[in-house]
Amino acid sequence: MASAEVLSRQAMANRIAMEFEDGWVVNLGIGMPTLCSNFVHPERQILYQSENGLVNYGPLAVEGEEDFNLVNAGGQYVIPLPGMAVLDHADAFALIRAGYVDVSVLGAYEVAANGDFANWKLGGRKGGGIGGAMDLAVGARNVFVMMEHTTRDGAPRLLERCALPITAPGVVTLVATTLGLFEVTSEGFVLREIAPGYSPDEVQAATGAKLIVPQDLREFQQGHSP
Amino acid sequence: MKSKVYESFDAAVADIADGSTIMFSGFAGPGTPRNLIAALLAQGASGLTVISNTPGSWGDGPIDLKALIDAGRVRRVVAAFTAATHPSMRRAFDELYEAGEIEAELVPQGTLAERIRAGGAGIGAFYTPTGVGTETAEGKEVRSFEGRDYVLELPLRADYAMLRAHRADEMGNLQYVHTQRNFGPIMARAARTTLAELDGPVAAAGEIDPNQVHTPGIFVDRMVVVPADGIQEGARGG
Repeated sequence: MASAEVLSRQAMANRIAMEFEDGWVVNLGIGMPTLCSNFVHPERQILYQSENGLVNYGPLAVEGEEDFNLVNAGGQYVIPLPGMAVLDHADAFALIRAGYVDVSVLGAYEVAANGDFANWKLGGRKGGGIGGAMDLAVGARNVFVMMEHTTRDGAPRLLERCALPITAPGVVTLVATTLGLFEVTSEGFVLREIAPGYSPDEVQAATGAKLIVPQDLREFQQGHSP
Repeated sequence: MKSKVYESFDAAVADIADGSTIMFSGFAGPGTPRNLIAALLAQGASGLTVISNTPGSWGDGPIDLKALIDAGRVRRVVAAFTAATHPSMRRAFDELYEAGEIEAELVPQGTLAERIRAGGAGIGAFYTPTGVGTETAEGKEVRSFEGRDYVLELPLRADYAMLRAHRADEMGNLQYVHTQRNFGPIMARAARTTLAELDGPVAAAGEIDPNQVHTPGIFVDRMVVVPADGIQEGARGG
Protein backbone atom coordinates (compact mmCIF):
# COMPACT_ATOMS: atom_id res chain seq x y z
CA MET A 1 0.00 0.00 0.00
CA ALA A 2 1.17 3.48 -0.81
CA SER A 3 2.51 5.71 1.89
CA ALA A 4 0.04 8.44 0.95
CA GLU A 5 -2.43 9.51 3.63
CA VAL A 6 -5.95 8.19 3.42
CA LEU A 7 -8.81 10.67 3.31
CA SER A 8 -9.93 12.09 6.63
CA ARG A 9 -13.46 11.56 7.88
CA GLN A 10 -14.20 15.25 7.44
CA ALA A 11 -12.88 15.17 3.86
CA MET A 12 -15.22 12.24 3.12
CA ALA A 13 -18.12 14.05 4.77
CA ASN A 14 -17.41 17.25 2.86
CA ARG A 15 -17.37 15.35 -0.41
CA ILE A 16 -20.71 13.69 0.32
CA ALA A 17 -22.20 17.03 1.42
CA MET A 18 -21.10 18.64 -1.86
CA GLU A 19 -23.80 16.47 -3.48
CA PHE A 20 -26.60 18.02 -1.42
CA GLU A 21 -28.79 20.33 -3.49
CA ASP A 22 -30.53 23.52 -2.43
CA GLY A 23 -33.69 22.75 -0.45
CA TRP A 24 -32.87 19.10 0.13
CA VAL A 25 -34.12 17.33 3.22
CA VAL A 26 -31.11 15.44 4.57
CA ASN A 27 -30.94 12.72 7.22
CA LEU A 28 -27.49 12.04 8.69
CA GLY A 29 -26.80 8.71 10.35
CA ILE A 30 -25.07 8.33 13.71
CA GLY A 31 -21.28 8.72 13.75
CA MET A 32 -19.28 9.72 10.68
CA PRO A 33 -22.25 11.02 8.62
CA THR A 34 -23.02 13.74 11.19
CA LEU A 35 -19.79 15.45 10.02
CA CYS A 36 -21.60 16.32 6.76
CA SER A 37 -23.37 19.17 8.56
CA ASN A 38 -20.00 20.92 9.07
CA PHE A 39 -19.91 21.57 5.34
CA VAL A 40 -21.86 24.74 4.65
CA HIS A 41 -22.57 25.86 1.09
CA PRO A 42 -23.43 29.58 1.06
CA GLU A 43 -26.00 29.27 -1.71
CA ARG A 44 -27.75 26.10 -0.64
CA GLN A 45 -30.23 25.74 2.20
CA ILE A 46 -30.31 22.24 3.65
CA LEU A 47 -33.11 21.04 5.95
CA TYR A 48 -31.73 18.47 8.34
CA GLN A 49 -34.25 15.85 9.42
CA SER A 50 -33.88 13.52 12.37
CA GLU A 51 -35.90 10.35 12.85
CA ASN A 52 -36.68 11.23 16.47
CA GLY A 53 -38.96 13.92 15.15
CA LEU A 54 -37.14 17.02 13.92
CA VAL A 55 -37.15 18.88 10.63
CA ASN A 56 -34.77 21.81 10.21
CA TYR A 57 -32.65 21.49 13.33
CA GLY A 58 -29.37 23.33 13.66
CA PRO A 59 -25.76 22.74 14.69
CA LEU A 60 -24.57 21.09 17.89
CA ALA A 61 -25.29 23.11 21.02
CA VAL A 62 -22.28 24.52 22.83
CA GLU A 63 -21.67 23.26 26.33
CA GLY A 64 -23.73 25.12 28.90
CA GLU A 65 -26.38 26.11 26.36
CA GLU A 66 -27.96 22.72 25.77
CA ASP A 67 -31.69 22.17 25.86
CA PHE A 68 -31.88 18.74 27.45
CA ASN A 69 -35.02 17.94 25.47
CA LEU A 70 -33.52 18.67 22.06
CA VAL A 71 -31.31 15.95 20.60
CA ASN A 72 -30.53 14.62 17.14
CA ALA A 73 -30.69 10.94 16.23
CA GLY A 74 -27.25 10.41 17.72
CA GLY A 75 -28.40 11.78 21.07
CA GLN A 76 -26.30 14.93 20.65
CA TYR A 77 -27.75 18.23 21.85
CA VAL A 78 -28.54 20.49 18.91
CA ILE A 79 -30.00 23.97 18.63
CA PRO A 80 -33.30 24.82 16.94
CA LEU A 81 -33.29 26.85 13.74
CA PRO A 82 -36.03 29.38 12.95
CA GLY A 83 -38.77 27.34 11.29
CA MET A 84 -37.92 24.04 12.95
CA ALA A 85 -40.81 21.57 13.25
CA VAL A 86 -41.31 18.72 15.73
CA LEU A 87 -43.11 15.47 14.92
CA ASP A 88 -43.89 12.34 16.86
CA HIS A 89 -42.02 9.15 16.00
CA ALA A 90 -44.69 7.69 13.73
CA ASP A 91 -44.88 10.87 11.67
CA ALA A 92 -41.10 11.17 11.56
CA PHE A 93 -40.92 7.75 9.91
CA ALA A 94 -44.00 8.33 7.77
CA LEU A 95 -42.16 11.15 6.05
CA ILE A 96 -39.07 8.98 5.68
CA ARG A 97 -40.91 6.05 4.08
CA ALA A 98 -43.02 8.33 1.90
CA GLY A 99 -39.98 9.81 0.16
CA TYR A 100 -39.78 13.27 1.71
CA VAL A 101 -36.12 12.74 2.60
CA ASP A 102 -33.89 13.53 -0.38
CA VAL A 103 -30.83 11.78 0.94
CA SER A 104 -29.95 9.48 3.79
CA VAL A 105 -26.24 9.32 4.60
CA LEU A 106 -25.37 6.18 6.50
CA GLY A 107 -22.35 4.38 7.82
CA ALA A 108 -21.93 0.74 6.78
CA TYR A 109 -19.88 -2.39 7.33
CA GLU A 110 -20.18 -3.49 3.70
CA VAL A 111 -21.53 -2.21 0.39
CA ALA A 112 -22.02 -4.52 -2.61
CA ALA A 113 -21.65 -3.85 -6.31
CA ASN A 114 -25.41 -4.36 -6.73
CA GLY A 115 -26.21 -1.55 -4.25
CA ASP A 116 -26.99 -3.81 -1.28
CA PHE A 117 -25.48 -2.70 2.01
CA ALA A 118 -25.06 -4.06 5.51
CA ASN A 119 -24.87 -1.91 8.62
CA TRP A 120 -26.90 -3.46 11.45
CA LYS A 121 -25.44 -6.80 12.46
CA LEU A 122 -21.92 -8.16 12.71
CA GLY A 123 -21.08 -11.78 11.98
CA GLY A 124 -21.47 -14.17 14.89
CA ARG A 125 -23.63 -11.83 16.96
CA LYS A 126 -27.14 -12.55 18.09
CA GLY A 127 -28.18 -8.94 18.60
CA GLY A 128 -28.18 -6.10 16.16
CA GLY A 129 -28.85 -2.41 15.94
CA ILE A 130 -31.22 -1.55 13.14
CA GLY A 131 -32.49 1.76 14.46
CA GLY A 132 -33.92 3.76 11.60
CA ALA A 133 -31.53 2.46 8.95
CA MET A 134 -33.91 0.04 7.20
CA ASP A 135 -36.64 2.67 6.91
CA LEU A 136 -34.21 5.31 5.66
CA ALA A 137 -32.70 2.86 3.20
CA VAL A 138 -36.02 2.10 1.48
CA GLY A 139 -37.60 5.52 1.92
CA ALA A 140 -34.97 8.14 1.10
CA ARG A 141 -34.69 9.21 -2.54
CA ASN A 142 -30.92 8.72 -2.40
CA VAL A 143 -28.82 6.55 -0.10
CA PHE A 144 -25.17 7.53 0.26
CA VAL A 145 -22.68 5.62 2.40
CA MET A 146 -19.54 6.77 4.22
CA MET A 147 -17.11 4.17 5.58
CA GLU A 148 -13.48 3.17 5.96
CA HIS A 149 -12.32 1.47 2.78
CA THR A 150 -11.26 -1.68 4.66
CA THR A 151 -11.81 -3.24 8.07
CA ARG A 152 -9.25 -2.83 10.83
CA ASP A 153 -7.80 -6.17 9.66
CA GLY A 154 -7.50 -4.93 6.09
CA ALA A 155 -10.45 -6.85 4.64
CA PRO A 156 -12.35 -5.01 1.92
CA ARG A 157 -15.75 -3.46 2.62
CA LEU A 158 -16.66 -2.90 -1.03
CA LEU A 159 -17.69 -6.37 -2.20
CA GLU A 160 -19.37 -8.18 -5.08
CA ARG A 161 -22.03 -9.35 -2.60
CA CYS A 162 -22.53 -8.58 1.08
CA ALA A 163 -21.46 -11.33 3.48
CA LEU A 164 -23.30 -9.79 6.45
CA PRO A 165 -27.11 -9.58 6.75
CA ILE A 166 -28.21 -6.69 4.56
CA THR A 167 -30.08 -3.54 5.57
CA ALA A 168 -31.77 -3.15 2.19
CA PRO A 169 -31.25 -4.51 -1.29
CA GLY A 170 -30.02 -2.38 -4.19
CA VAL A 171 -30.38 1.12 -2.77
CA VAL A 172 -26.88 2.61 -2.44
CA THR A 173 -25.80 4.87 -5.32
CA LEU A 174 -22.73 6.67 -3.93
CA VAL A 175 -20.00 5.65 -1.47
CA ALA A 176 -17.22 7.78 -0.01
CA THR A 177 -14.40 5.78 1.56
CA THR A 178 -10.96 6.64 2.86
CA LEU A 179 -9.62 5.92 -0.66
CA GLY A 180 -12.11 7.60 -2.95
CA LEU A 181 -15.60 8.22 -4.24
CA PHE A 182 -17.48 5.33 -5.83
CA GLU A 183 -20.65 5.37 -7.85
CA VAL A 184 -22.80 2.24 -7.83
CA THR A 185 -24.05 1.59 -11.37
CA SER A 186 -25.80 -1.26 -13.14
CA GLU A 187 -22.30 -2.35 -14.25
CA GLY A 188 -20.92 -2.27 -10.69
CA PHE A 189 -18.63 0.16 -8.83
CA VAL A 190 -17.21 3.05 -10.82
CA LEU A 191 -14.22 4.79 -9.24
CA ARG A 192 -15.12 8.45 -9.80
CA GLU A 193 -12.53 10.16 -7.60
CA ILE A 194 -9.37 8.86 -5.98
CA ALA A 195 -7.46 9.87 -2.85
CA PRO A 196 -4.32 11.94 -3.67
CA GLY A 197 -1.21 9.79 -3.98
CA TYR A 198 -3.06 6.54 -4.73
CA SER A 199 -3.21 4.66 -8.01
CA PRO A 200 -6.31 2.86 -9.30
CA ASP A 201 -4.41 -0.44 -8.98
CA GLU A 202 -3.80 0.21 -5.28
CA VAL A 203 -7.47 0.98 -4.71
CA GLN A 204 -8.49 -2.11 -6.66
CA ALA A 205 -6.16 -4.25 -4.54
CA ALA A 206 -8.01 -3.09 -1.39
CA THR A 207 -11.44 -3.72 -2.93
CA GLY A 208 -13.44 -6.94 -3.01
CA ALA A 209 -15.25 -6.18 -6.26
CA LYS A 210 -14.13 -5.26 -9.76
CA LEU A 211 -13.77 -1.50 -10.14
CA ILE A 212 -14.58 0.31 -13.35
CA VAL A 213 -11.98 3.06 -13.81
CA PRO A 214 -13.27 5.68 -16.23
CA GLN A 215 -11.18 7.89 -18.50
CA ASP A 216 -12.27 10.95 -16.58
CA LEU A 217 -11.17 9.66 -13.15
CA ARG A 218 -10.50 12.70 -10.97
CA GLU A 219 -8.58 13.40 -7.82
CA PHE A 220 -10.86 13.42 -4.75
CA GLN A 221 -12.47 16.85 -4.49
CA GLN A 222 -11.41 18.43 -1.24
CA GLY A 223 -14.42 20.56 -0.54
CA HIS A 224 -14.38 22.84 2.46
CA SER A 225 -16.90 25.31 3.68
CA PRO A 226 -16.02 29.01 3.63
CA MET B 1 -64.63 11.93 37.40
CA LYS B 2 -61.74 10.50 39.36
CA SER B 3 -58.66 12.70 39.42
CA LYS B 4 -55.86 11.62 37.11
CA VAL B 5 -53.26 13.27 39.32
CA TYR B 6 -51.36 10.92 41.62
CA GLU B 7 -49.41 12.20 44.58
CA SER B 8 -46.52 9.81 44.15
CA PHE B 9 -44.87 7.61 41.54
CA ASP B 10 -45.20 4.67 43.92
CA ALA B 11 -48.99 5.09 44.01
CA ALA B 12 -49.15 5.40 40.21
CA VAL B 13 -47.40 2.06 39.60
CA ALA B 14 -48.72 0.15 42.64
CA ASP B 15 -51.14 -2.13 40.76
CA ILE B 16 -48.84 -3.17 37.90
CA ALA B 17 -48.85 -6.96 37.91
CA ASP B 18 -46.12 -9.46 37.07
CA GLY B 19 -46.19 -10.38 33.39
CA SER B 20 -47.51 -6.99 32.22
CA THR B 21 -46.66 -5.57 28.80
CA ILE B 22 -45.40 -1.99 29.11
CA MET B 23 -44.43 0.56 26.48
CA PHE B 24 -41.73 3.06 27.44
CA SER B 25 -41.31 6.32 25.56
CA GLY B 26 -37.91 7.97 25.19
CA PHE B 27 -35.24 8.38 22.58
CA ALA B 28 -31.64 9.01 23.66
CA GLY B 29 -32.90 10.59 26.87
CA PRO B 30 -35.74 13.02 26.17
CA GLY B 31 -39.17 11.54 26.88
CA THR B 32 -37.83 8.71 29.06
CA PRO B 33 -40.11 8.22 32.11
CA ARG B 34 -37.18 7.82 34.49
CA ASN B 35 -39.15 8.48 37.69
CA LEU B 36 -41.83 5.95 36.75
CA ILE B 37 -39.12 3.41 35.94
CA ALA B 38 -37.49 3.99 39.32
CA ALA B 39 -40.85 3.45 41.04
CA LEU B 40 -41.56 0.31 39.04
CA LEU B 41 -38.13 -1.05 39.97
CA ALA B 42 -38.93 -0.48 43.65
CA GLN B 43 -42.43 -1.94 43.23
CA GLY B 44 -40.91 -5.21 42.04
CA ALA B 45 -43.11 -6.36 39.13
CA SER B 46 -41.32 -9.00 37.08
CA GLY B 47 -41.76 -11.14 33.99
CA LEU B 48 -42.39 -7.93 32.05
CA THR B 49 -42.57 -7.50 28.31
CA VAL B 50 -41.14 -4.09 27.42
CA ILE B 51 -41.63 -2.22 24.17
CA SER B 52 -39.19 0.62 23.65
CA ASN B 53 -36.74 2.06 21.13
CA THR B 54 -33.86 0.41 23.00
CA PRO B 55 -33.63 -1.91 26.01
CA GLY B 56 -32.09 1.03 27.88
CA SER B 57 -28.90 2.88 27.07
CA TRP B 58 -25.54 1.22 26.59
CA GLY B 59 -23.65 4.06 28.25
CA ASP B 60 -23.67 5.36 31.80
CA GLY B 61 -26.43 7.73 32.71
CA PRO B 62 -29.51 8.26 34.81
CA ILE B 63 -31.93 5.39 35.37
CA ASP B 64 -33.69 3.94 32.33
CA LEU B 65 -34.94 0.52 31.17
CA LYS B 66 -31.55 -1.05 31.73
CA ALA B 67 -32.21 -0.90 35.48
CA LEU B 68 -35.23 -3.20 35.10
CA ILE B 69 -33.28 -5.55 32.84
CA ASP B 70 -30.26 -5.65 35.14
CA ALA B 71 -32.59 -6.48 38.04
CA GLY B 72 -34.04 -9.46 36.13
CA ARG B 73 -37.54 -8.01 35.84
CA VAL B 74 -37.83 -8.29 32.07
CA ARG B 75 -38.74 -11.45 30.19
CA ARG B 76 -39.09 -10.05 26.69
CA VAL B 77 -37.95 -6.96 24.79
CA VAL B 78 -39.36 -5.48 21.58
CA ALA B 79 -36.95 -2.80 20.32
CA ALA B 80 -35.07 -1.31 17.37
CA PHE B 81 -31.75 -2.20 18.99
CA THR B 82 -30.70 -5.50 20.57
CA ALA B 83 -27.04 -4.49 20.46
CA ALA B 84 -25.27 -1.16 20.72
CA THR B 85 -24.30 0.70 17.56
CA HIS B 86 -20.68 0.00 18.46
CA PRO B 87 -19.65 -3.62 19.10
CA SER B 88 -17.34 -2.64 21.95
CA MET B 89 -20.32 -1.57 24.06
CA ARG B 90 -21.76 -4.39 26.14
CA ARG B 91 -23.89 -4.62 29.26
CA ALA B 92 -26.12 -7.05 31.14
CA PHE B 93 -28.76 -7.14 28.43
CA ASP B 94 -26.23 -8.49 25.89
CA GLU B 95 -25.18 -11.31 28.22
CA LEU B 96 -28.78 -12.26 29.09
CA TYR B 97 -29.88 -12.16 25.47
CA GLU B 98 -26.98 -14.23 24.18
CA ALA B 99 -27.54 -16.76 26.98
CA GLY B 100 -31.23 -17.05 26.05
CA GLU B 101 -32.39 -15.76 29.42
CA ILE B 102 -34.25 -12.87 27.88
CA GLU B 103 -36.24 -12.91 24.65
CA ALA B 104 -36.00 -10.09 22.15
CA GLU B 105 -37.70 -9.10 18.95
CA LEU B 106 -35.66 -6.71 16.83
CA VAL B 107 -37.84 -4.35 14.80
CA PRO B 108 -36.83 -1.55 12.40
CA GLN B 109 -37.53 1.71 14.21
CA GLY B 110 -40.09 3.02 11.72
CA THR B 111 -41.89 -0.31 11.78
CA LEU B 112 -41.82 -0.22 15.59
CA ALA B 113 -43.39 3.25 15.57
CA GLU B 114 -45.99 2.30 12.97
CA ARG B 115 -46.90 -0.93 14.78
CA ILE B 116 -47.49 1.12 17.94
CA ARG B 117 -49.43 3.72 15.96
CA ALA B 118 -51.54 0.96 14.40
CA GLY B 119 -52.15 -0.56 17.82
CA GLY B 120 -53.62 2.71 19.02
CA ALA B 121 -55.53 3.40 15.83
CA GLY B 122 -57.68 0.29 15.49
CA ILE B 123 -55.69 -1.04 12.54
CA GLY B 124 -55.47 -4.82 12.12
CA ALA B 125 -52.18 -4.97 10.20
CA PHE B 126 -50.31 -2.98 7.56
CA TYR B 127 -47.85 -3.43 4.71
CA THR B 128 -44.54 -1.55 4.80
CA PRO B 129 -41.62 -1.53 2.35
CA THR B 130 -39.16 -1.52 5.25
CA GLY B 131 -37.24 -4.75 5.70
CA VAL B 132 -38.23 -6.42 2.43
CA GLY B 133 -35.37 -8.68 1.34
CA THR B 134 -33.79 -8.70 4.83
CA GLU B 135 -33.81 -10.99 7.87
CA THR B 136 -36.59 -8.95 9.49
CA ALA B 137 -39.06 -10.02 6.78
CA GLU B 138 -38.32 -13.73 7.12
CA GLY B 139 -41.49 -15.76 7.73
CA LYS B 140 -43.76 -12.81 7.01
CA GLU B 141 -46.15 -12.27 4.14
CA VAL B 142 -44.71 -10.16 1.32
CA ARG B 143 -47.11 -8.68 -1.17
CA SER B 144 -46.67 -6.50 -4.21
CA PHE B 145 -48.67 -3.30 -4.71
CA GLU B 146 -48.17 -1.26 -7.88
CA GLY B 147 -44.95 -3.09 -8.59
CA ARG B 148 -43.33 -2.66 -5.19
CA ASP B 149 -42.94 -5.30 -2.48
CA TYR B 150 -44.20 -4.72 1.05
CA VAL B 151 -44.08 -6.87 4.18
CA LEU B 152 -47.06 -7.44 6.45
CA GLU B 153 -46.59 -6.20 10.01
CA LEU B 154 -48.92 -6.52 13.00
CA PRO B 155 -49.88 -3.85 15.55
CA LEU B 156 -48.46 -3.60 19.06
CA ARG B 157 -50.61 -2.94 22.10
CA ALA B 158 -49.81 -2.87 25.79
CA ASP B 159 -51.28 -2.98 29.26
CA TYR B 160 -49.45 0.21 30.21
CA ALA B 161 -47.56 3.03 28.56
CA MET B 162 -45.12 5.23 30.44
CA LEU B 163 -43.95 8.55 29.08
CA ARG B 164 -42.64 11.96 30.07
CA ALA B 165 -44.38 15.16 29.02
CA HIS B 166 -43.76 18.84 29.65
CA ARG B 167 -47.14 20.22 30.61
CA ALA B 168 -50.64 18.93 31.34
CA ASP B 169 -54.03 20.09 32.45
CA GLU B 170 -56.27 18.24 34.87
CA MET B 171 -58.12 16.57 31.96
CA GLY B 172 -54.86 14.84 31.06
CA ASN B 173 -54.22 16.86 27.92
CA LEU B 174 -50.47 16.81 27.31
CA GLN B 175 -47.87 18.97 25.66
CA TYR B 176 -44.31 17.88 25.01
CA VAL B 177 -41.26 20.02 24.41
CA HIS B 178 -39.02 19.37 21.40
CA THR B 179 -37.82 15.76 21.05
CA GLN B 180 -39.37 14.77 24.35
CA ARG B 181 -42.41 13.96 22.22
CA ASN B 182 -41.01 10.96 20.26
CA PHE B 183 -43.03 7.83 21.16
CA GLY B 184 -45.29 9.54 23.74
CA PRO B 185 -48.33 10.34 21.57
CA ILE B 186 -48.48 6.93 19.88
CA MET B 187 -47.78 4.87 23.00
CA ALA B 188 -50.46 6.76 24.96
CA ARG B 189 -53.00 5.57 22.39
CA ALA B 190 -51.79 1.97 22.17
CA ALA B 191 -51.93 1.16 25.88
CA ARG B 192 -54.94 0.43 28.06
CA THR B 193 -53.53 2.54 30.89
CA THR B 194 -51.15 5.45 30.26
CA LEU B 195 -48.94 6.95 32.94
CA ALA B 196 -47.30 10.33 32.37
CA GLU B 197 -44.60 12.01 34.43
CA LEU B 198 -44.57 15.76 34.05
CA ASP B 199 -41.92 18.46 34.03
CA GLY B 200 -44.26 21.01 35.57
CA PRO B 201 -47.44 21.32 37.66
CA VAL B 202 -50.86 20.27 36.36
CA ALA B 203 -52.86 23.25 35.09
CA ALA B 204 -56.60 23.76 35.43
CA ALA B 205 -58.83 22.62 32.56
CA GLY B 206 -58.84 25.33 29.92
CA GLU B 207 -55.30 26.48 30.63
CA ILE B 208 -53.98 24.60 27.61
CA ASP B 209 -55.25 25.88 24.28
CA PRO B 210 -57.22 22.97 22.77
CA ASN B 211 -55.50 23.65 19.45
CA GLN B 212 -52.12 23.07 21.07
CA VAL B 213 -52.85 19.71 22.70
CA HIS B 214 -50.34 17.05 21.57
CA THR B 215 -51.92 14.09 23.37
CA PRO B 216 -55.62 14.41 24.21
CA GLY B 217 -56.49 13.57 27.79
CA ILE B 218 -58.73 10.63 26.89
CA PHE B 219 -55.51 8.69 26.25
CA VAL B 220 -53.97 9.61 29.62
CA ASP B 221 -54.97 7.94 32.88
CA ARG B 222 -52.40 8.78 35.55
CA MET B 223 -50.13 11.78 35.97
CA VAL B 224 -47.40 12.51 38.46
CA VAL B 225 -45.48 15.79 38.65
CA VAL B 226 -41.74 15.27 38.94
CA PRO B 227 -40.72 17.00 42.18
CA ALA B 228 -37.74 19.33 42.40
CA ASP B 229 -35.64 16.50 43.85
CA GLY B 230 -36.88 14.00 41.25
CA ILE B 231 -34.90 12.72 38.27
CA GLN B 232 -34.57 15.45 35.65
CA GLU B 233 -33.58 15.05 32.01
CA GLY B 234 -30.04 16.20 31.50
CA ALA B 235 -28.86 14.86 34.84
CA ARG B 236 -25.97 13.13 33.07
CA GLY B 237 -24.12 10.46 34.93
CA GLY B 238 -26.57 10.69 37.81
